[in-house]
Parts: sequence; C-alpha cells; structure tokens
Amino acid sequence: MNKQQSKGTVILKKIGLYALLLVGVLLSMFPFYWMFIGATNPSGEIFSIPPNLTPGDHFMENLQNLNESVGIWRVIFNSVFITLTFTILSVMICSAAGYAFAKYKFKGRDPIFFMLLLAIMIPYHVTLIPLFQLMASLDWLNTYYAVILPNLAYPFAIFLMRQNMRSIPDSLLEASRVDGAGEFRIFFTVVLPTMRPAIAAVAIFLFMFQWNNFLWPLVVLGDSDMHTLPVALSSLVGMSRIDYGQIMMGTTLSTLPIMIFFLILQKQFISGILGGSVKE
Amino acid sequence: MATTTKKKRRWLTPKTAPYLFIAPAVLLFIIFTVYPVISSLLLSFQTSSGGESEFVFLDNYIRLFNDPLFYKALSNTFIILIVQVPVMLMLAVLLAVLMNSALLRLRSFFRIAFFMPAITALVAYAIVFMIMLDENYGLVNYVLSVVGIEPVSWLNDPLWAKVSLMIAVTWRWTGYNMVILLAGLQNISNDLYEAASIDGAGKVRQFFSITLPQLRPILLFTFVLSTIGTLQLFDEPFILTDGGPNNATLTISLFLYQNGFQFFDFNYASAIAYVLVIIIAILSWLQFRVAGDRDE
Repeated sequence: MNKQQSKGTVILKKIGLYALLLVGVLLSMFPFYWMFIGATNPSGEIFSIPPNLTPGDHFMENLQNLNESVGIWRVIFNSVFITLTFTILSVMICSAAGYAFAKYKFKGRDPIFFMLLLAIMIPYHVTLIPLFQLMASLDWLNTYYAVILPNLAYPFAIFLMRQNMRSIPDSLLEASRVDGAGEFRIFFTVVLPTMRPAIAAVAIFLFMFQWNNFLWPLVVLGDSDMHTLPVALSSLVGMSRIDYGQIMMGTTLSTLPIMIFFLILQKQFISGILGGSVKE
Repeated sequence: MATTTKKKRRWLTPKTAPYLFIAPAVLLFIIFTVYPVISSLLLSFQTSSGGESEFVFLDNYIRLFNDPLFYKALSNTFIILIVQVPVMLMLAVLLAVLMNSALLRLRSFFRIAFFMPAITALVAYAIVFMIMLDENYGLVNYVLSVVGIEPVSWLNDPLWAKVSLMIAVTWRWTGYNMVILLAGLQNISNDLYEAASIDGAGKVRQFFSITLPQLRPILLFTFVLSTIGTLQLFDEPFILTDGGPNNATLTISLFLYQNGFQFFDFNYASAIAYVLVIIIAILSWLQFRVAGDRDE
C-alpha cells in the first residue's frame, strides 16, 4: 500500500476530482438558471446574441402575460388540487393494502399480490385507450375524476408499502390485540405512525408521479380550464406566436415549488423518487 | 389466536380485516387496470367504422407489420436505446466513482446538484432544451460559435434531432442513476480493495476486477429501468420535435398517441400497445438472462 502519497499528488488529485465534478454540476444546474433568466427577462431576450446571463425585471409582466394566455392561477390550482387529492387518497389505499398483504394470512392473498406485481411490468399505454373510452362513456372527460381515479391503486406503491410493512414486529400487533384494540385502530394508531418514513417516501413518489404526469391528462383534459401545468405548458409551445418569457415563467412555476421541497426534504425525496431502491 | 376475554362481538376480526384493507385497492385495480388491459386486447382484434365494431382477428397486427412508419418508430426507439442508455450509464458509473472518492468533501451538495434534474417535470425541461437548442438563436449554438464551431441544426436535422433527444434524456436521468449506483458502490466492502492493493493491483485494475463485478446486479437494475423508460419515451419527443423532422424522432409511444388520439383509430393503437408490451417483456427477460446467470 502506498499510504504515504506525497502531499502534492493528493492535492493534484483533489483538484482534478473537484474540477470534474464542478463541470458536472454546471451542466446539471445550468438549465435551471437559464429557465430563471428567461422568466425574468422580456420575451425576445432569451435569444439575444450575445446571450444575456443576468436576471431581468420582467417577472411580473411575464406572469401577467402567462395568466392572460392560459389562466395560470386556475392551472396551478388544478395541478395542486389533483396532485394533493391523488397523493392523500393513494397513500391511504396503498398503505392499507400493503399492510394487509404484509401482515395477514388470508385466502387469495398470494394470487392477488402476484397480479399486482404483474401489473408493475405492464406499460401504461395498454390501458390508455380503454380508459379513455371508459371516461368518455361515464361523461368524465374534463373532470378531476378522470385524472385522479385511474392510478389511485398504484401497484408499485402497494408493493413498496408491503415490503416496508413486513418489518413491523408481529408481537407489537398481538400486544395491541390483547389490549383490546380493533383492527382498524391498530392500523391507524400503531401501524401508520411507526411507518412514517416509509409512507413519506411513497407519498413523495406518488406526488411526483402525478405532478409531472403528462400523457394521460393531455388525453382526458381538453378544456383549457381543466389543464394541469404540464398540459398548459405544452399548449403554449403549440401556439403560433410563441412567447418565450411566458413559457419560461410557466416552467419555472412548475419546477420551483418542487425544487424547494426537494431542498428541504432531500433524503426522503431521493428515496421516494428512487422508489425505495436505495436505502439510506 | 388471542381469544379476547371481553365478549364484545366484532365483525372486524383478524380474519375479515385484510379483505377490507385490500378492498378499495382491488376494486380500483379491477376497474382501472384489469378491465382496460383485457378490453385493449379485444380492441386490438377488431376494427370499427361508424360505431360498428367487427372482429377481424389479426388484421390490425398484420397492418402494423406492413406499416413503414411502425418500423421507423421501432428503429428510432432502438437507436436511442442502444446509444443513449449505455452512454448515460457509463457517465453515471464514472460520476458515482468520483462521488465515492475518499478525498471528496461536501458530498451531499454534489448529490443534490446531480439529482436535481430528476425532479423536474418532463414537459418543463423539454421546453428549456428546445429553447437552448434553437438553431439560430439558441444558447448552445452561440457557445459553439464562440469556440469556432458551425451552428448545428439541432432540432431540424434528422440525425441531430435524435442526438438532441438523447442529450436531453441523458441530462434528466444521469444523476438519478448515479445515486442508485453510488449506493451500490458504498456497499462494496473495503477489504476487497485493500486485499487487491496488497496484491499490487492498480486503481484501474481494481475498477475492472472489483468495482464492476460487484456493481453488476445494480447496473442490471438501472439498465432494465432505463430500457423500459426509453421504450416508453413520449414527453420529450412530443415537446422537442413532435416526432420530426420527417419522423426522425417518432418513438413507439408517440406513434401510438398519434394513431389513438389524432387519428382516433383506437383498434390500431391498441395493437401497437400490445406489441410494445411484448417487446418490453422480451427485452427485460433477455437482460436478466444475459446479465443474471453468468456466475452462480
């Protein structure tokens, strides 16, 4: 072993390491900065040569223009409402199911669970057309139902919940039963509180899925009143005269809140988005 | 089982409770997954005109296999798969190895920075890339012109449009894969490296004889994830190029969307969806075969 590397080589290695990583950081962060530049400058400015790399003072104007073209407050409300409702309901449904699969023995458990596992492998494209027809026949196109309902029983989330719930000791559940607690009470007062970190990770996973979801809302939400942020943004790109200040404002609005959440809760976020494949 | 001393009658016992717990999930699953999966298969065996459906068995599939656009979409998707996924994973391994260096401080800062792209909405980042890659006024061509390179027609040339798509996808997912791989690296025991350096193996040798083999299961995992993701690629080509120019960036997903929701040919689109399922199933199986049981 060459434990006693000279100080010089170590410093050189460090410089090389940091230089490479900083180039990576620059490449990975620059588009965010560019988005912000675009959102705060007049529309044409993003294409000026040489490029203008400083934030401008057109934030409010771009926001106003964006609101005139797509009704951005309504769009933000749609996105927030759909995402929050979906996340809360889905966490409840998936954690209840995951708990049952992890901690009870009952007839049909393994075949049903196997079906869910199988569904993880199926691309969502297969359900796209019949779901659209179903929503049309129920007269649910352009409603929140159409976006929220189909993915509530998210197979991967149920799977993750089950994996995590297996770590709950049986003795803990038995003790609560002996104390006379009912099954529902055990679930709400014992299981859910002890599973908080796992539930947070799954919730973030579901939240991000729905916040970024594009193809399905694009298909079922035709009315601009009902658009979510990604759908509204894509409609801006399709306009005949593209206003880049507005568009960058829109992308900023759809990214910034998530960035802030991510900075606050980065560990949960990373494990949530990676779907529990990385344990910290 | 714990027979309660209290004689309170309960309809909710440890025997019935699990059914109630899974009921909402199973019900929703049947309506919104099982039913559509079956319905889609049936649709793919039918044609409809003027509200009347007719059973035609494999006609849609035969039409699909005679459709040059389908082959175009298929080959585009596979070109992206074959070039982009390995390049991205190599970058991710390289980054993970750098991030795992004992010399590195501020590791969590770097991790946040590299992971950040993975939290942006697909539509939002695709738009930003569209603007940066603009042929005449985009930032990328400006930077190239500063170092004396001719402007590149990023989004309007069949070859470069594919490259643009790959650059965008690589930007979005490299950090994501790096974090998974880094966790794998951190699980490799230090003893292995120490033993190797006593035997005189250099860093590069160690990388190929210890790091890569130890990382193989996780690399396989990221490979399968990326493959499935690429086969379903939709948002980026939809925004960046809308499949153009001249269908050079038409992916299978986009092809399905166009047939389903622009031409409203639900039967044909269903057949495309099922072919996609089969491709994904075969590829996942192959990848596990090839990388899974080489030793053991």
